Amino acid sequence: MSVLLEVDDLKISARRDDDSLLPIVKGVSFYVARGEVVALIGESGSGKTTIALSALGYTKPGLEFAGGEVRLEGEDVITMGSDQLRTLRGQRVAYLAQSAAATFNPALTIGEQVTESCVLHGILNQEQAAERAETLYRALELPDPDRLGRRYPHQVSGGQLQRLMAAMALCGKPDLLVLDEPTTALDVTTQIEVLKAFKSVIKQEGSAAIYVTHDLSVVAQIADHIVVLYAGETQEYGSAEQVVSDPGHDYTRRLMYAVRPPPAAGQGDETSGEHRREAPALEVKDLVAGYGKVKDGKPAITVLRDVNVAIERGHSVGVIGESGCGKSTLARVMAGLLPAAQGEVLLDGEPLEPALQQRSRSDLQKVQFVFQMADTALNPRQRIDHILGRPLEFYLGLKGKEKRRRVGELLQIVELPQEFAGRYPEELSGGQKQRINLARALAASPEVLLCDEVISALDSIVGANVIELLKKLRKQTGVSFVFISHDLSTVASFADEIIVLYAGRVVEKGTTDAVLSPPYHPYTRLLISSVPELRVGWLEETMQTQEAQAGIDRVVTLTDKGCPFFDRCPRAIKDTCDQETPPVRMLSGGHAIECHLGEAEFAQ
Amino acid sequence: MSDITQSNIQTTQFDELPDAPPKRKIKLSWAGKTGVVVLIFWAIIVAIGPMIAPYHEGDILDEALFMVPGGGEYPDTDFQPPSKIVYLGTDYLGRDTLSRILFGARTTIGISFIATLWAYAIGVTLGIAAAVGSKPLDMTLSRLNDAVLAIPSLMLALVMIAALGSTIPLLILLTGIIYAASVFRIARSLGQEVMVSDFVEAARVRGEGLWWIITREILPNIAMPLATDFGLRFVWIILFISALSFLGLGVQPPMSDWGSMVKENLPGLIYGSIAPLAPSLAIATLTISVNMIVDDISAHSGGKLAKRMIS
Repeated sequence: MSVLLEVDDLKISARRDDDSLLPIVKGVSFYVARGEVVALIGESGSGKTTIALSALGYTKPGLEFAGGEVRLEGEDVITMGSDQLRTLRGQRVAYLAQSAAATFNPALTIGEQVTESCVLHGILNQEQAAERAETLYRALELPDPDRLGRRYPHQVSGGQLQRLMAAMALCGKPDLLVLDEPTTALDVTTQIEVLKAFKSVIKQEGSAAIYVTHDLSVVAQIADHIVVLYAGETQEYGSAEQVVSDPGHDYTRRLMYAVRPPPAAGQGDETSGEHRREAPALEVKDLVAGYGKVKDGKPAITVLRDVNVAIERGHSVGVIGESGCGKSTLARVMAGLLPAAQGEVLLDGEPLEPALQQRSRSDLQKVQFVFQMADTALNPRQRIDHILGRPLEFYLGLKGKEKRRRVGELLQIVELPQEFAGRYPEELSGGQKQRINLARALAASPEVLLCDEVISALDSIVGANVIELLKKLRKQTGVSFVFISHDLSTVASFADEIIVLYAGRVVEKGTTDAVLSPPYHPYTRLLISSVPELRVGWLEETMQTQEAQAGIDRVVTLTDKGCPFFDRCPRAIKDTCDQETPPVRMLSGGHAIECHLGEAEFAQ
Repeated sequence: MSDITQSNIQTTQFDELPDAPPKRKIKLSWAGKTGVVVLIFWAIIVAIGPMIAPYHEGDILDEALFMVPGGGEYPDTDFQPPSKIVYLGTDYLGRDTLSRILFGARTTIGISFIATLWAYAIGVTLGIAAAVGSKPLDMTLSRLNDAVLAIPSLMLALVMIAALGSTIPLLILLTGIIYAASVFRIARSLGQEVMVSDFVEAARVRGEGLWWIITREILPNIAMPLATDFGLRFVWIILFISALSFLGLGVQPPMSDWGSMVKENLPGLIYGSIAPLAPSLAIATLTISVNMIVDDISAHSGGKLAKRMIS
């Protein structure tokens, strides 16, 4: 195999305000052969994206090349002029950003955007480009390839958009693809579908790729070689097989340790009953909620239907499901951000006002919401001590010295140094911001914490740290948690009970062990089997299973009639599942499954 | 920046938490610094201009001043070139350009600045109210605003001044209202954007009142773009008032105003007079310096972010 890209002793530095240089990448070397995928793996701040971008001859503002060479077929891209770079980026190296939703322009059709770059660079004319795009749609297994180009980005699902971004990059037949965390923000089922499409299209096109990610189990599926990075230095470099099965470096082993084990029974923490009381801390009864005008107790778009959840004191309940299943809506109803159309929310057995404007201050204090994105949930213009101090002042009336002392304590609880009190959110890393976000909710001394995807945006090591922190908090304070996530492994390691939501309905609920061991609801089975395992060849095996073939690459649809999972279920019974609302089957120990299948059939 | 290193950081005691952590300072670039210097210069002129002016703004200089020794005839006093008697020459009526610029600084900058502040007071108040308020309130305010925007601003001003007479307070009031309409739109859209952000939602879940949300969550986050706009709006208001002055409805003679000085001295260009150029230069330096400062501040809040995050 001929070498396509050679990165030789690459050094990149940041220029500080006082003009001194801070090395970010400290002499990294690797090469990419034609038709090969090389993965750069490391946690945030390891310089993996910075290195990947150097293949395009690009550095982020504030950074500069400090040494070494990046040779594409022998030509050094670092020393290229801007004209050459334009040709390089347009024709030879293509970049796929993390978020497809942010990459596509909502005002232009998909076809225009996929073909734009290669037409602009004169590689193909508009007709050829459109033809090529269609071939790519087929290769990427996108639905309705001959008409897809005329649709707009909002008309396709997130996973499809992610694959369309690959089509956009591949349209000009580039020699090298740079993929920056292309599946990180996706649901497990979507992730598989995208991974599979990427893998086969890369093979078909024979193009080489650099794949940037923090997720070892994803890398194991797609990469030929792996470069493990920490703080801008190569820790380990070898074939995927070797790195995954026989890691030679401590840091690689740490990364592997941080990979959450596949969800299985027996991982949940057993919480003691010491904080228990008569009534559950928070309970939701016969809830119907949605968006739009409420008419006869029914909103214009009903998201949640007949949802019943009870969170015992000191317990944590995991809510899981794919995007669009109503997880966040449930949390918003509990917090009072979205008043329910029917049903009620009980706090300590007492009904809560549906809308938060009517709730008393002490009710508000008891239920705290932790937002998903710490980046946007902290006011960038407020210092940390103000962010943490406000709930103390607002709910508890603390002022002056007392308040400052408590801010210090809170920082200690979330394991951050005291100096952070004087910083602004933008001066913190993602994981640190998430800790502040958590500390703000804790400042209110709440009884229930609603955590909406709190670790989804963090990489595995940082995420694992935050989970440890949550476990400690639960032990110390007896706070109840509603833990919302699309990541089954995370929920499995944290929750006492799990609720599986699909299209706004509870399809299965029970203790963590019960939900994660057979009998399963078919949807739960799909979710469990979609979590990538840390071994080479897992992807191919999984794609053979009937769950994967039936359930992957479908969007969640809200229905009034029958079982919403009908169209994705490998064992759906025609004329029953699509017509009749499935019955709730009560199994032992409060384990409930909503399905037409009988207990005997679940066990298979 | 990684979380790995955190366990190694020694946590200090609560008591050592500093009383008031230092505020971040905005470091200005050379362009910004130049802008500040020029702006300070004009601020001083506004304060002491009339005191240091060699003549009064309305004085039509005596022909005798320009007599060439030995020459018998009295020369024309209009459009005199710069000399030791008149450092920047004279205008079309034979008045000292320098003195008129020094006096005019007060009228031009003063009126425009107060009018801009006034436009902002109305525009931001109503804009934020529309952004955070109920839908009917937003609709009412926005449609009213559209109505104001629909009337050509100069026509509106002409009619009002024709009816009520030209006085400086009326000029300020009117300019403020006319420009408040565009400020309203900007404040409203900026406010709406922040209003749907997660941190405002977090404040609402906490149970914060509207006043807190407006003053602590929204205003600090829209202050920067509004400040940028303030600079531009200020410049436009200078031009607007100059236009009114040119039509004879703005600043009334013999008071001087930079904008009207440019227009009334335009014929002087033919004679190579600098009478129209000097006030243009004054307007240019003022407006450009305002923009340079504004650019610097907004660049600082965004552009250098990446730098600060990695160091």
